[in-house]
Amino acid sequence: MYKTKKYLIVGLAAVIGIFTFLPFLWMVSASFMPTGEANIYPPHLVPSKIDFTHYKALFTNLDLTRYLINSTVISIGVTIFSLFVNSMAGYAFAKFRFAKRKTLFNFLLSSMIIPAQVTMLPVFLMLKKMGLINTYFAIIIPGMASIFGIFLIRQYALSIPDSLIEAARMDGASEFLIYRKIILPLCKPILVTLGLFTFMGTWNDFLWPLIVMTDSSMYTMPVALANLMGEHVQDTELMMAGSVLTVIPVLIVFLALQKYYMQGILMGSVKE
Amino acid sequence: MKSLINKNILILFLGPSLAVLIVFFFLPVLAALLLSLTDFDIYSLGNISYLRFIGFKNYNGLMNDPLFWKALKNTFYFVVVGGPLSVGVSLGAAVLLNSKFLPLKKLFRLVYFLPVVTTLVAVSVVWRYIYHPRFGLLNYFLSFLNIGPFDWLGDPALAMPSIILMAVWKNFGYNMIIFIAGLQNIPVELYESASIEGAGAWQKFKHITIPMLAPTTLFVSVITMIGYFQLFAEPYVMTQGGPLNSTLSIVLYMYQEGFRWWSIGYSTAIAFMLFAIILIGTIIQFKLQKEKYV
Repeated sequence: MYKTKKYLIVGLAAVIGIFTFLPFLWMVSASFMPTGEANIYPPHLVPSKIDFTHYKALFTNLDLTRYLINSTVISIGVTIFSLFVNSMAGYAFAKFRFAKRKTLFNFLLSSMIIPAQVTMLPVFLMLKKMGLINTYFAIIIPGMASIFGIFLIRQYALSIPDSLIEAARMDGASEFLIYRKIILPLCKPILVTLGLFTFMGTWNDFLWPLIVMTDSSMYTMPVALANLMGEHVQDTELMMAGSVLTVIPVLIVFLALQKYYMQGILMGSVKE
Repeated sequence: MKSLINKNILILFLGPSLAVLIVFFFLPVLAALLLSLTDFDIYSLGNISYLRFIGFKNYNGLMNDPLFWKALKNTFYFVVVGGPLSVGVSLGAAVLLNSKFLPLKKLFRLVYFLPVVTTLVAVSVVWRYIYHPRFGLLNYFLSFLNIGPFDWLGDPALAMPSIILMAVWKNFGYNMIIFIAGLQNIPVELYESASIEGAGAWQKFKHITIPMLAPTTLFVSVITMIGYFQLFAEPYVMTQGGPLNSTLSIVLYMYQEGFRWWSIGYSTAIAFMLFAIILIGTIIQFKLQKEKYV
C-alpha cells in the first residue's frame, strides 16, 4: 500500500514533468532538423542529422544580431535605471518619516489594479510628440519606475534597523551616502530579485515593444519572432531556431539566479 | 519622537520615481479617460482641429458593436474556464510536490516552473506547431488513443480551448510556488490529529488544506484573473484572433482599433471597459471569498 502510493505519486509527477518539458525538447530538436523534417508524418522527435542551417540563416539573412542587441540594450537599460529609481523610493517609503506617507503608498498600491493597456495610447502619442518612437528610450523611460518594484524594496528595507541609520546620521553621513553605503549593500538580495524580474519581464514583453518599435531595425526579439512568423510560417525549423534564441538568454539568467526569483514571487505575494 | 525628513531629501529620493509614474502612468490614465470621450482618429492625428468631444458616444458604440461583444465573450471564456483550471492545476502540482513520497523535488519544481520564465511569444510559436493539424505532436500522440485528428487552432470551437491549454501549461508553475509556500505554513499537527481521528487523504485535503489555504487561493485567483483578462500575445501569434473571431480578446481588439486603424478614442474606451471589468471582477472575488470563509 505504502509502495503503491509512492509509485503513483512519482509516476504522476513524471508524467506532468514530461508534458511540461516536451514542448521545449521538441523546440530544440526541430531547430536542428534539416529543412522539411519537422513537417512530415509521423513526426520525428530527434533530428536525423544535426543541421545548423537555420541558425546561420537567422544571423546572415534575417538580421538576428540586431534584434539580440536591441533586446539586450533595452533589458539591461531598464534594469539598471529602474533598480536605481525604485530602490530610492522604496527606501524612502520604508524609513523616511513624512506627511501622508501611508496615504501616498496605499494610493500607489491600489493603482496597481489599473491595467497598463489603459495608458498605452496616450503614452504612445506623447512619445511620438517627443520624437522617441523607434528609440530605446520609448521602452526604457516609461519602464524606469514600477510600483511593484517600489513595494518589493520597501518590504525588504523595513527590516533594516533604524538604529543603523540613526548612527550613521549621528556620524554626519549625508542621506545619500547612507543610502549608497549602508542601504544598498544591505538590500543586495532584493535588488538581485528585482533586477531579475525587471530584466526578464522586459526581455519577454511583447505588446509595448510591438507598439513603439514600428521600424524593423528596432524590433526586440519577441517582436521580430512574431513578425518572422508572418513571413516564414511554413519554415518550421527556422521558427524553432528563432524561438530557441529568444528563450535562451532569459533561461540562462533564470537558472543562474533562480533562488532569488522564487523568493521574489513569495515576497510579492505577502500582504501587509 | 523622530523628526520629519528634510523636504529636499524627500524630493531627491521620491522625485524620480514619482515623476516617471505621474508622467507615464497617472496623467496618461486621465488623458485616456478624456480621449475616450472624443472621436480622436486618424484624421485628428494629422490635424488636431478635427478632434471633437462626443461624450459617451464611444461607449454607446461599444454596446452596439458585435465585435466588442464577441471579444468580451471570448475573454470571459478564457478567464472563467482558464483561470480556475490554472489555479486548480497549480494547487494539484503543489500538493504533489509537497508529498513526502516524492524524491527529486527540486528538479520537478524547476521543470514545472520553466514555462513561466520563457518568452510568451516564443512558446506561442512552438505551440502553434504542436497544434498543427497534420504534423503536430498533439494529434500524433492522440492518434495512439485513436482520437482525432483535430484542427486545434483552425476550428472555431477548439481554438479557445487550445489557447487555454497552452496558458495553463505556461502559467501553472507560478501559482504552484505560492501554493507550496502556503502548504508548508499549515501546521503538521492538524493533519496528525485528523489522521488519529481516522480521516482519509481526501477528507484532510477538503477540511484542512482547502480552508487553511483560503487566503493564498484568494490572492492567486485575483492575480490570475487580472492577468488572464489581459490576454493578447497568444491569440496574436497563434490565431490572429481567428478563426471567425473565436479568439479575438479585448486587448487584441483594443490593439487593432487603436494601433492598426488609429481609432484612438474608440480604442481607449475599450481599454477603460477592460479596467472596469477587472475592477468589478476583483471586487466580486473578494466578496465571494469573504462569504465562504469568514
